[in-house]
Amino acid sequence: MNQHLILRVVAKILIPLIALFAFYVQFHGDYGPGGGFQAGVILAAAVVLYALIFGLQAAKDAIPPSWVRIGMTTGVLLYGGTGVATWFLGANFLDYTIFAPESTHSAGQHYGILAVELGVLCTVASVMVGIFYAFGSRQPELSDEDW
Amino acid sequence: MELLSYFPEWVLTHGPALLVVLPLLVAVITALLPSEKIAWLATILTAAMSIFLSVGALQYVLSVGPINYAMGGWEPPLGIGYHIDGLNAPVLLLISAVAFLCTLYALPSVVAEVEPKKRAPFYAAFLVSLAGLLGIVATGDAFNVFVFLEVSSISTYVLVGMGASRDRRALASAYNYLIMGSIGATFFVIGIGFLYMQTGTLNMLDMAQILQQNGAESRVTKLGFAFVVIGLGLKLAMFPLHTWLPGAYAYAPSFFTAFLAATATKAALYLLLRFVFTVFDVDWGYVAGSLTYLIAVLAVIGMLAASLQAIFQKDIRRVLAYSSVAQVGYMLLGIGMATTLGLTGGYLHLINHAMIKGALFLAVGAFWYRFGITQVADMRGLGKTMPWTTAGFTIAGLSLIGVPGTVGFVSKLTLVRAAAENEWWWAVAMIALTSILAIIYLGRLIECAYFHAPPKYGAVPAKRNEAPLMMLIPLWVLAISAIVFGINAEWTTSLAEAAVRVLDAGPNTMPLIKGGH
Repeated sequence: MNQHLILRVVAKILIPLIALFAFYVQFHGDYGPGGGFQAGVILAAAVVLYALIFGLQAAKDAIPPSWVRIGMTTGVLLYGGTGVATWFLGANFLDYTIFAPESTHSAGQHYGILAVELGVLCTVASVMVGIFYAFGSRQPELSDEDW
Repeated sequence: MELLSYFPEWVLTHGPALLVVLPLLVAVITALLPSEKIAWLATILTAAMSIFLSVGALQYVLSVGPINYAMGGWEPPLGIGYHIDGLNAPVLLLISAVAFLCTLYALPSVVAEVEPKKRAPFYAAFLVSLAGLLGIVATGDAFNVFVFLEVSSISTYVLVGMGASRDRRALASAYNYLIMGSIGATFFVIGIGFLYMQTGTLNMLDMAQILQQNGAESRVTKLGFAFVVIGLGLKLAMFPLHTWLPGAYAYAPSFFTAFLAATATKAALYLLLRFVFTVFDVDWGYVAGSLTYLIAVLAVIGMLAASLQAIFQKDIRRVLAYSSVAQVGYMLLGIGMATTLGLTGGYLHLINHAMIKGALFLAVGAFWYRFGITQVADMRGLGKTMPWTTAGFTIAGLSLIGVPGTVGFVSKLTLVRAAAENEWWWAVAMIALTSILAIIYLGRLIECAYFHAPPKYGAVPAKRNEAPLMMLIPLWVLAISAIVFGINAEWTTSLAEAAVRVLDAGPNTMPLIKGGH
């Protein structure tokens, strides 16, 4: 897509903003609409846009598929690990209150939800990019000329 | 109980959650492991740990009482509660034990069936499926059930599809299973939606209590009931909804077929019991009517039709798959009778059939492993070339027919007694008739294995080539347990009776404490 100068310039401006907005949605999720799932999709959308404008190979160079696989698992481990941490602190699974038991404004719940949502962000963004890579890398079994 | 003293208190309290979380987290780590050997080791250790945890839970339930666990410290009905009682504790142990035995078997069989690159992810998918099944059974929250139903189903579709490196038809079967399974899950979640609309809660105990007070006769509840039963019917392969099953069983990698046959339909059957008897109430007209005129009738038609189909199959695994549909019919017949004895028989058959079918599919996997056998006609002379495997297969086969001294006899006898007690003579006749059909479809396999000479390669007959020990051990553990529990059925019967006590007690009538913690 080398000839589409406008698309490339606009995309270059938009992609950082999209990523930034993803993190806004992520960290605003405690108090308003948003959270890890939505943020993950938005973050992945930035990568998808990059791949659409600059090509799949460029996107794979920037975010290698091996990272995607690690990202998926890291997210789940973050989520589950938070639960395991609460176990080690002596509470029920995912009982975040234990992170700050003295707090009067449930700070523990905030810490817990932050860690868990970060895990969700990781997994959702990686899975979205992974699905896009998987479909994008598919070789057509029969090219149009062969018909 | 002195056995309980071996379990640390923490394990007993947090066991229900750990049972589900452990395979899930190990699965994630396994997916990244570079070596299949380490992945296998992680899987088998997890399965062993699951057995330990479920034995602890079972002992606690039998000697102390139900275990309740509040996820995240949020007390039900507000939070997600795990609830383990006499009904689901044996199923947890069953799933864990079968998972352990199948994993033992997997080490040689996966090497033969799955491409090297996909082996570690294969084990990861298996662990996810295990976590899903344990979650379905352990949770006391209706929506959580749906989540775990999807977790186990999606990994199951993947695992069935992985049989493609052996037979490309696995892909079509996996896709077929995906469509049918998704419809089943959708129906189930629609049903849960209606129940939520009626009761305003997702906790099963709370739901039951609210429905007891009012709303039992409301159209919304009736719709919810219908959707839940049909959705679960698809998942457990109730007769006209069983079309996904033969393909999925026939082309999945052999160790996974054994696991699937022994556990997946059983978890769905458990759910049917849980919903029909403890969330709804058999005293309500439409519930009792559906059991008698829908489930029992379909069960009997399924027993007959699937047994007849099994006779005409050429593929060994399809014979066993159709036989599974017929055996699900027996369990549903027990449920359809809705009497104490009938339910005991159905539940007993649920446990016993898992042992039998697990052993049969493991043996068939070993036949394929050594000689690449999938067709009935190719079983010629297996009694000579693979004596131990064939002997294990035969014991399990006799047990499936219901020969006295095996588990199949115990559960079929209980079902016949229950049918006679209800004066359902047609059901008694059907159980007898389908047992005869089982003699035909299994006898055909056993006859081929023992009374035909081994095929010749040139002038030399095929040599003796026994399955590796890693495959024989799980097969024989299941085959021997099929005899041990057939001769002394005290333990399995006591488990079934404990489960039926929960069902007979009916829906919960005590309000759960709302909030305030």
